[in-house]
Amino acid sequence: MLEVNKENFEQEVLNQKGLVLVDYWSPKCEPCMELLPSMEELEAKFESVKFCKLDILKNRRLAIGQKVMGLPTILIYLDGEKKGELSKDFSIEDVEQKLRELGA
Amino acid sequence: MAEVYDIIIIGAGPGGLAAGIYASRSKLKTLVIEKGRVGGQAATTEEMENYPGYFSGTTGPELMEKMHQHAQHFGCQFVKDEVVDLELGEFQKTVITKKGRYHAKAVIIGSGAQPRPLGVMGEQELKGKGVSYCATCDADFFEDLDVVVVGNGDAAIEEAIYLTRFAAKVSIIVIHDEGILDATKVIQERALANDKIEFVWNSVLEEIKGDGLVESVLVKNLKTGEVTDLEANGVFIFVGTVPRTQFLQGKVDLDERGYIPTSQLMETSQDGVYAVGDVRQKYLRQVVTAASDGAIAAVAAEKFIHEEENFQTEVLQKEKVAVMFWTPMEQACLDQVPLVEEMAAAGKLDLVKIDTYRNQRIARRYNIEQLPTLLFLEDGAETGRETGPLTREKLQSHF
Repeated sequence: MLEVNKENFEQEVLNQKGLVLVDYWSPKCEPCMELLPSMEELEAKFESVKFCKLDILKNRRLAIGQKVMGLPTILIYLDGEKKGELSKDFSIEDVEQKLRELGA
Repeated sequence: MAEVYDIIIIGAGPGGLAAGIYASRSKLKTLVIEKGRVGGQAATTEEMENYPGYFSGTTGPELMEKMHQHAQHFGCQFVKDEVVDLELGEFQKTVITKKGRYHAKAVIIGSGAQPRPLGVMGEQELKGKGVSYCATCDADFFEDLDVVVVGNGDAAIEEAIYLTRFAAKVSIIVIHDEGILDATKVIQERALANDKIEFVWNSVLEEIKGDGLVESVLVKNLKTGEVTDLEANGVFIFVGTVPRTQFLQGKVDLDERGYIPTSQLMETSQDGVYAVGDVRQKYLRQVVTAASDGAIAAVAAEKFIHEEENFQTEVLQKEKVAVMFWTPMEQACLDQVPLVEEMAAAGKLDLVKIDTYRNQRIARRYNIEQLPTLLFLEDGAETGRETGPLTREKLQSHF
C-alpha cells in the first residue's frame, strides 16, 4: 500500500484516473491495526485498484478536509472524486463488495 | 479424520486469553479463534489502572499483548477467523467459521460486547464524522476542538479525562442531578478537578447535527424541558455495551438482553459449552473479572472432558455395566454401597459409581431424581434401573 500524505495526496489520489482506495488509519487505533493485514491481502486481489494508506497522526488536517473524523475509515475515489465510504464497524468483505459495486 | 481440539475458545479478550493460559498450561490442545486483533475491548483503552499489579503507566494494549504472549508460551494456538455458527449437542462440537470448520470437545465463548449506540438522530449518519465510541482511535482528530461525552459510568468519565489531553473542552452530558455520577469515586474526583471538563447535569442528548461533519448537538434539560444547541466537533458515546451473541441465537440460552446466563462454573445451557467475560450475564464487567471467568471455565472444561471421556470408556463402550448414582453425603447411600459392590462382584458385572455431588451433569442426563439409583446398560443403552432402597431381592434379577 502506498503511503500518502499532505505532500503527495493531490497527485496520488485526487489527480488519478480510475479507482483509488485510501485507508485512513492511526497507530493508536486498534481496529485500524486489525484491518491493515487484510487490506494488504485485498490489494493483491484487485490489481486495477490503487491502494493507499494515510496516517492521520501526521495528516490530521488533510483527513478532516476529506471529512474524515473517525477511524477506521475507507474512502474510495473514482477519477479523483469520492464515490464510496466505509466507517467504523465494517468488515473486509464490505470493502470488497464496495469495490465491486464501483466496478473493480 | 479432522483434527480435534480439546478446547476451542471464541474471542481473544482477557476472558478468552486467561482460559487459553489455563487450558494450554494443563496440556490441553487449545485453539483461540479471534476475528480481529488480540486483546478485545481492553486493547482499545489507554488507561488501565485497576488490573491488580499494574498501575503505573501500563496501557490496555500492553497488558493484553502480555496475556497473548503468556498463552502462546504454554502452547496455545491462535487463528484469525470469524465464527458464524456452532454445532453443539454432541461430545464433539463443531465451530463453523468464515474460512472453515474446527472440532473440539469443549467450547468457551468469550465473544465480548460492543459499545451500545445511543439511538438518536444523526448518530448513524455522522459515525466516523465526529461521532465515536473509541477515544483512543479518534482523540487525535479533536486537538484544540470541543467535544461532548455522553454517559457517566467509569468508561465515560475515564475516556473524558483522556480526551482532555487533546480537546480544548470536554462537556459531559449527565442524566442525573448535579454532583451525581455512576463512576467510581476516585475517577469522579479526578474529573471534577479537571478544568477542561464541564458537566451538563440533568440532561440527555437528543440529536447530533452537522452537514458532513458534526457541528453541534441538541441537549435537553430534563428538569426544565429546555433544549440547548451546543456547538461541538465530536461526540463520544459511552452508554454501556451490547453482547456479541447474534451467532449464538438458538444455540445456547440467552437472556432478554442477549447475554449468556451461566452457572458458577461458567457453564451455559449446553453441556461442554462455557461463557466468559462481558458476554456473560454478570455483575461487574472488568478485565480482572473476565480473566477470572476464563480460569474457572478452563478448569471446568478440563474436568468435563475428563469425566465424559471416562464415562465413554468405562460405561458407554462396555458390553454390560451397572452405574450407581450416589452421594457420600447421604447415609442411605453409604449403607447400600457395600451390598451393590458385593452383588456386582459376585455377578461379575462391572460397576461404575458416580458421585452426584461432584458430577450432576451425567445424573441429569439420565433423569436421576432419587439417590441411590442403579442403572444397567448394555452397549451404551439403558436396559433397566432400580431406585433405593436397594435390596438383595430387587437386585437379584439384574446380576
